[in-house]
Amino acid sequence: MDIAVLIKFVPDLVEELEIGASGAALDRTFLRLIPNEQDDHALEQALLLKERHGGTVTVLTLDTGDVDETLFTAVAKGADRVIKITGDFGEGINNHAAVTVLDTALKNISFDLILTGTQAVDDLDGSIGPLLAARLGLPYVGYVTGVTSADGKIVARKEYPGGLIAEMEVRLPAVLGIQAAEKPPRYVVTSLIMQAMKTAQIEETEAGAVEVRGAAGVARMSRPEATTHAELIEGDADQVADALVTLFKERGLLS
Amino acid sequence: MTTVSTNDHSFYDKVLEATPRGERLKLCLQCGMCSGICPYGFAMDYPPRSLVAALRADDFAPVFESETIWLCVSCFACTSICPAQIPLTNGLLASLKTEMLIRRKVPAELQTALENTRRYGNTLGESPRKRAAWARDFTTPVPIMAQTKEPVDVLWFVGDYASYHPRVQPVSKAMAKIFQALGVRFGILGPEENSDGDVQCLAGERGLFEMLAQKNGKAFRKYQFKEIVTTDPHAYNVFKNEYPSAGFSFPVKHYTQFLAEHLEQLKPLLRHEQKYRVTYHDPCCIGRANNNNIYEEPRRVLKVIPGLEFIEMPHNRVNSICCGGGGGGNWLDGFAWERTHTRMSEWRVKEALDSGAQILAVCCPYETPRFEDALKSMGREKELVVKDIAELLADAIFG
Repeated sequence: MDIAVLIKFVPDLVEELEIGASGAALDRTFLRLIPNEQDDHALEQALLLKERHGGTVTVLTLDTGDVDETLFTAVAKGADRVIKITGDFGEGINNHAAVTVLDTALKNISFDLILTGTQAVDDLDGSIGPLLAARLGLPYVGYVTGVTSADGKIVARKEYPGGLIAEMEVRLPAVLGIQAAEKPPRYVVTSLIMQAMKTAQIEETEAGAVEVRGAAGVARMSRPEATTHAELIEGDADQVADALVTLFKERGLLS
Repeated sequence: MTTVSTNDHSFYDKVLEATPRGERLKLCLQCGMCSGICPYGFAMDYPPRSLVAALRADDFAPVFESETIWLCVSCFACTSICPAQIPLTNGLLASLKTEMLIRRKVPAELQTALENTRRYGNTLGESPRKRAAWARDFTTPVPIMAQTKEPVDVLWFVGDYASYHPRVQPVSKAMAKIFQALGVRFGILGPEENSDGDVQCLAGERGLFEMLAQKNGKAFRKYQFKEIVTTDPHAYNVFKNEYPSAGFSFPVKHYTQFLAEHLEQLKPLLRHEQKYRVTYHDPCCIGRANNNNIYEEPRRVLKVIPGLEFIEMPHNRVNSICCGGGGGGNWLDGFAWERTHTRMSEWRVKEALDSGAQILAVCCPYETPRFEDALKSMGREKELVVKDIAELLADAIFG
């Protein structure tokens, strides 16, 4: 099975986030970008499938800055090809636009399955997986925590709220949004990453014209604003009940 | 003497390549002193003696199937007692950990610390830009080398825990005040400082160690200083014994050595009596590790504090009990607990409690939080205070 893994770079929340001069986007001057954690799980799931069933793993990422080390790390972990899509992404790129770029890049790659994280911290206009699946006309299953494969089909383990798990049979090719890989992402020693930096080749492809359509625009960005705080009602049960009744009456919930 | 032959020659070759004097493995008498003194040897499938035996019996493959090498906290007890002076802790054991990392058999807690180091330059996963944030609210500023650009006498290597850990930051503040009170011309690297690499090296992540050594070594080369003084025994150990192999040799002192050399200047500053019974824990990394043997200097410093009554614990100096935090052990507490149902840090504080001391004095940034946690988990946190020597001195100077 040939698997394409999409890795997106997101702001690192270890650093303070600042809002830029426009007031509608992050200040990118000191922004540290790291690979989206769930995309790292998508890579791990792809490597586990490759180890079980053979095939190849190709990693694609938009060159939003400092992506090389992550791509070499992917090679050191066992990825076969790593592709950097270059273009003018300096001020960031929304997911609708990213999907058009990925669509073009994926035309030159043979794949049975596309894996990516179910979501990312900066998904302001929907997540990559379903947007891409809709554009490619492929089935999509999100919140996946495990994948088995047999007879040209796969079964995705999908998590629902409330502790429910569904096993969904999916025809290929398909797009899966990974919530968590079956095992935690593997460790790869620094010396193997250094070796990959010396021997592996990052393929580069031009993004071409970026089509932006259908994304919601950001009018204003602000820090969460604290308004009122929780009020603790103290006393014995009767006192608390009286206070609640008074409160409900004040708010018009009781007559 | 028998020659070592093994079905996994590549591993044996790796041990030799990574370890100066690694060929001494051939001199093993199988006396078993190493396994006997190993604090977690009882829970290891292959304590050190068995590892050497497996290597010599051409039967090392099963060793890779066991994960109990991760119980090793690099306390150097085995290496220190070995009559054949075989480099075990930073030789065979570190090489086995390297092999386990390559085979991806690494406990998750340690993996996170290693990944944090690679990304942020510190094990805690904190912002590298905030490395000197602890020093921000000082009335007399703590000089950062890149800002002052002036030659100093002392380049103070602060370290990860001392920079970021909320329990250890007050120790750093105490040390800054002591340097200032002594009138020492000093500076810190601040955001240019990276994790020293000692625990990463002893946990087998040699490549990560090399990366850190390059970053710190190049930062050291940028500035003029007479010597490095560090509050971290791990930094002392790795700068003195491992950085030269990465091409960086600088004079380095542990802060207790530096203060012991300045006792005459220090004494008149100690105006506030500290009427406590105090015992002292010898950290492995300035003690038996690589025969660093810094045993008397911390004691000399403690003993000049007026009013202080010094008590020795039975396990002291070369026989000190490890806190369990070295060689990656600081991130393997859960792993060790699952297999041993005991904590080394508890053994240490029990002995301190039994000694009748009111204060357990330490001089390693892992130890204040580790020993305080041990006391809390035993429910005895009200019976013993854990303080860094720098904190005790600051109390005696400033009241």
